[in-house]
Amino acid sequence: MTIRGFLLGLILAVITTVGAMAETMRMAVTTSFNNSGLSDILLPEIKKDTGIDVQLLIVGTGQALKLGRAGDVDAILVHSRQAEEKFVDEGYGTYRREIMYNDFVLVGPKDDPAGIKDSKNAAEALKKISDSKAAFVSRGDDSGTHRKELSLWQNAGINADELNTDWYRAAGAGMGATLNTASGMNAYLMSDRASWLKFANKGDLGLLFAGDPILFNQYAYLPVNPDKHEHVKIGLAKKLEDWLVSEKAQEMIGSYKINGETLFTPNAVPGKPAS
Amino acid sequence: MNEILDGLWRAFLLLVSLDAELYEIVFLSLRVTLTAVVIASLLGMPLGAWLAINRFRYRRATIAFLNALMGLPPVVVGLIVYLFLSRSGPFGVLGLLFTPTAMIIAQVIIITPLIASISHQAIRDLWAEYHDLLISLNTSKWQRIRTLIFDARRSLLTAALAGFGRAIGEVGAIMIVGGNIDHATRVLTTAIALETGKGNFAFALALGFVLIGLAIAVNFVTHLLSKTERTSRW
Repeated sequence: MTIRGFLLGLILAVITTVGAMAETMRMAVTTSFNNSGLSDILLPEIKKDTGIDVQLLIVGTGQALKLGRAGDVDAILVHSRQAEEKFVDEGYGTYRREIMYNDFVLVGPKDDPAGIKDSKNAAEALKKISDSKAAFVSRGDDSGTHRKELSLWQNAGINADELNTDWYRAAGAGMGATLNTASGMNAYLMSDRASWLKFANKGDLGLLFAGDPILFNQYAYLPVNPDKHEHVKIGLAKKLEDWLVSEKAQEMIGSYKINGETLFTPNAVPGKPAS
Repeated sequence: MNEILDGLWRAFLLLVSLDAELYEIVFLSLRVTLTAVVIASLLGMPLGAWLAINRFRYRRATIAFLNALMGLPPVVVGLIVYLFLSRSGPFGVLGLLFTPTAMIIAQVIIITPLIASISHQAIRDLWAEYHDLLISLNTSKWQRIRTLIFDARRSLLTAALAGFGRAIGEVGAIMIVGGNIDHATRVLTTAIALETGKGNFAFALALGFVLIGLAIAVNFVTHLLSKTERTSRW
């Protein structure tokens, strides 16, 4: 066989098309939705009930909104209310529809050098971390989780410029990579509960503080506005939304558990979306 | 250490269990990278040959520039391709973003300079040898390029394999333009990045070993088919 023959064979072998016949739409979601394993449960059901193949782009909230603005996805499912409202106000999304919420937890070394375990609220816990100058790893990637964390520091009376110290480390990475970093450094961090429970490399880290209502984290679904991008599949996006707020989906979300712990609380309001 | 052994063991289990998802990912990795190597070779090899036999004003600068492009940061290539293919970009209407085609485009851009540079080097050496002969036979430029490419085929194979090596292990660019979508654009490298993010180091390593095995297999088959490096021949 000559090289030319081989190359021709190679070309024929590799230029094959993958048939994706079902209706597909793209949705940008945050890492926690996927890392929790919830998407693995929901996607097959969505496919079964609606015939839609939902292609997930797993990114941070910042990037998800960017993809929506550019019209590269048909819908987004994120958790950062202010940014979402801005997205809708600017006309990139048609509206936001609340689907469910989960919560954030403070994770740190099991021996808890900063002593945050018995704090009354999240503000006190963060204050203790900053007072003891214990290492804290931040996402630092402009994601919904990162924005939430910054607002919590603010709430604890610690300004952003006070975080410019050597105990506060911005990883500039997704939840998983940040958990890996914190695990390696034995540092404190804030994680969504789902990612933490699913995380397989916990090392000496343990869950130290949770339960303050300020740590609740609302997820909303935003279809991309077809007025801005006429190619978006608004019909499919609407169909998916109807499925997500349906009794069946809400029940599936509420009963999803890891190690016996409930992760998401469904709170979609049936009927027409409010905002 | 245990994680490495565990990873090896899981890689073995994955392969023998004929895990459908694994084979889908492996097949897509191969399809994207081999297509990119074929296209990049068709572009890079004639370019390398052309640069070797032509003398023009900015030849040195062109070659230096080409060599520098070998070090193109994949993330930057990915970002630029992304901006071009995005719905808001100049080629947005094609709807290519987050498809295997977009990944192939990014990989072609990354490996074409590499293949062209290595080809240029190989053909330059050969041209020094063939120069007088080909000139005296009054060959056309195109005939010279063809002769040189054919006679330098062993070195050009190395160039293609170097391109394959860079492309198959690449993650930065294809993560951005492919999006790592399950069942659509997930390949071995992006799956490894995803599993590492979940802290599943053993599974990530298992995929890594599959990737290394795949690279070895492709190189081996290429040598087998082109009948190079046999024990009985020099």
